[in-house]
Amino acid sequence: MQPTSHAFKENAAKALDNQQLQRALGNMKQGFIVKRQKAVDRLPEFDQLRDHAKEVKDHALEHLDFYLEQFEDRVNSQGGQVHWAPTAEDARQHVLEICQRRGAGTVTKGKSMVAEELGLNEFLESHEIVPVETDLGEYIIQLRGEPPSHIIAPAVHLNRDQVEADFRKHHLQFPPERALSEARQLVNEARTVLRQRYLDADIGITGANFLIAETGATVIVTNEGNGDLTQCLPRVHVVIASLEKIVPTLEDATTIMRVLARSATGQEQTVYTTFSAGPKRAGDLDGPDEFHVILLDNGRSAMLGSEFQDMLRCIRCGACMNHCPVYHAVGGHAYGWTYPGPMGAVLTPSLIGVNEAGHLPNASTFCGRCQSVCPMHIPLPKMMRHWREREYERHLQPLPARTGLKLWAALARRPGLYQLATRLQAKAMHLVGKRKGRFGWLPLAGGWTRHRDFPAPEGKTFQQLWAERQRDRDAAPAKDQPAE
Amino acid sequence: MAAKAEHTGAPSAPPRPPRVGLFVTCLVDFVRPSVGFAGVKLLEDAGCSVEVPKAQTCCGQPAFNSGDRQDTKLIAQQVIRAFRDVDYVVVPSGSCGGMIATHYTELFEDDPDLARDAEDLASRTYELLQFLVDVMGVDAVDANFEGKVTYHDACAGLRELGLKGQARTLLSSVAGLELAELADTEVCCGFGGTFCVKYPEISNQMVDGKAQSVEATGADTLLAGELGCLMNIAGKLQRRGSAVHVRHVAEVLADMTHATPPIGEAAGESPPELEAAAAGKEA
Repeated sequence: MQPTSHAFKENAAKALDNQQLQRALGNMKQGFIVKRQKAVDRLPEFDQLRDHAKEVKDHALEHLDFYLEQFEDRVNSQGGQVHWAPTAEDARQHVLEICQRRGAGTVTKGKSMVAEELGLNEFLESHEIVPVETDLGEYIIQLRGEPPSHIIAPAVHLNRDQVEADFRKHHLQFPPERALSEARQLVNEARTVLRQRYLDADIGITGANFLIAETGATVIVTNEGNGDLTQCLPRVHVVIASLEKIVPTLEDATTIMRVLARSATGQEQTVYTTFSAGPKRAGDLDGPDEFHVILLDNGRSAMLGSEFQDMLRCIRCGACMNHCPVYHAVGGHAYGWTYPGPMGAVLTPSLIGVNEAGHLPNASTFCGRCQSVCPMHIPLPKMMRHWREREYERHLQPLPARTGLKLWAALARRPGLYQLATRLQAKAMHLVGKRKGRFGWLPLAGGWTRHRDFPAPEGKTFQQLWAERQRDRDAAPAKDQPAE
Repeated sequence: MAAKAEHTGAPSAPPRPPRVGLFVTCLVDFVRPSVGFAGVKLLEDAGCSVEVPKAQTCCGQPAFNSGDRQDTKLIAQQVIRAFRDVDYVVVPSGSCGGMIATHYTELFEDDPDLARDAEDLASRTYELLQFLVDVMGVDAVDANFEGKVTYHDACAGLRELGLKGQARTLLSSVAGLELAELADTEVCCGFGGTFCVKYPEISNQMVDGKAQSVEATGADTLLAGELGCLMNIAGKLQRRGSAVHVRHVAEVLADMTHATPPIGEAAGESPPELEAAAAGKEA
């Protein structure tokens, strides 16, 4: 996927003007927040579980090499195969090699953000392999030729009437007069269309929420059952996962699951939790002939040992974006790459470079709500600030902002001069603005005054008035002086 | 921390009034000194002796949040030096208070001496209402304010310092005041320091939502403990033509609303003499 993160501002401006999008964002805002809160309130030990989940992941990251090799051994011993992919291109080539060897014409896909990161659909199409998204949201956006706008709710930027219009446009096999205005009807229609696709597919590709080192199993959590059909019906199952999905034990995976669904959708558990541990064995009734796990690095190992290591704890619940006021304002597409919202603002510069994605960690008020709901205690604002530090060190910010900051900092470090300067400016602004009490326009402050008024200063600075008060008190009898 | 225990234990008979250094904040200093004097009055009423170190300017947030760590460190050291001798540092802002109390220590992770100084300063630093309620044990103020107000929980105070109940405790003692809680009171107003000028359109969408929530409460005045957010919301309400007034909560608690018109409004027919209030002649 070609990133447009560098054009975040333009993307955001379009998003703010897009009435359909604004309507969809307005609808999504409260749902996730309220449901998560209810789920948290129902589980008194939620915060302890968060601490535990964080410890699990920290431990796994400290010993990543060990657990990944353990995982590989287990997968191999169960008849599966692990493919290491240092880069996105390596991962795509592994998929292609498997597809070509099996002569695959159609591939079904469960929802996978890593596949989005790889731009896998586009890549497969360019090799004349037809990818079919089977998650309802992913299916809808595939029809529209759009990337997901949210990591767990890919079509959250759409309204039901838009989906209806898309289905009517693409599903010409059904009578045009059919009723299609209700969610149920849309789901049933998608299900009817997809059912045959599952049966036709040569290969099923899924992501993974967890890779379990001790058992060699991969795990997905889903709500639609599409993941199970994707991985059980075709003869080949390919799992694409980034390497930080590893956890040591089955129990560790289930510990994190307890915070995952609650944080994501407010469910105690997702409807389906599916474990895959190798191809069909002798005596198994079902299962694929081949089982492959493609382990993607794509920049993650470089985050180990850096100030961004904590980001690798992320379990992709989406709580940060569900609670982010900037995400609520502009939606996920504005972020310009696979991962939107606060987690994307930290992860995207790590994976595609801060030159491309420099806006993302800046487009935050540091309100801190993301961190407060993150089940893995990832200090998202702090890491966004680290990105700003990197940008500052590399002189990536606009020159006027940089110069302004330098001048201000030089002044702020000279209290005498600072107080003189503020005194003069406060007085000048007071004189000009006092009649109205505020300014509708100010030079060099268009970003502020285009949208809101600026209050006129009261006249004197606090330091000035305090000095006057102290002088008066020194002149007056000592009786009302505070005791020293 | 020892000093804290000493004063919380028996506020009735302290050996001497606690020495409080007021960290004015750059916005209060420049735009609205009344907030600072309201803070001084509340602190003095609570039995503190207030000092205002001259060598203070700003807490360093603009540099810190722009990635300029070097200047942030220098400014932080300036604040550490300026407030070395006081028992407490009190700040009429959750974000500046949060900067000093939670972020300064991060700056000096590689310098144990400075880290210790930062830690020491952090342990003595409080937001104004937090200090009054949690340290000085104040649970009521002597103030009058006729009207229905609503309250915005500014983000840094809420999430970095855990401020929430303090304002409500004190406001409930103000005669004539009715509090109508704001829907989404914990949602950011879109100010975010330099964010509001770096991403003005996004900020505008956020503050517009906040202004609508404020209007929906039917309150005639919005209060909060963070001047940046208040200027942002006031500016938006005024641009929307709203009649809601905006003030810093300290002005109401200190019963000093007569001293200055609401934020962004012109003085009325009988202009209040700020200097008079400032000179402490009101009592």
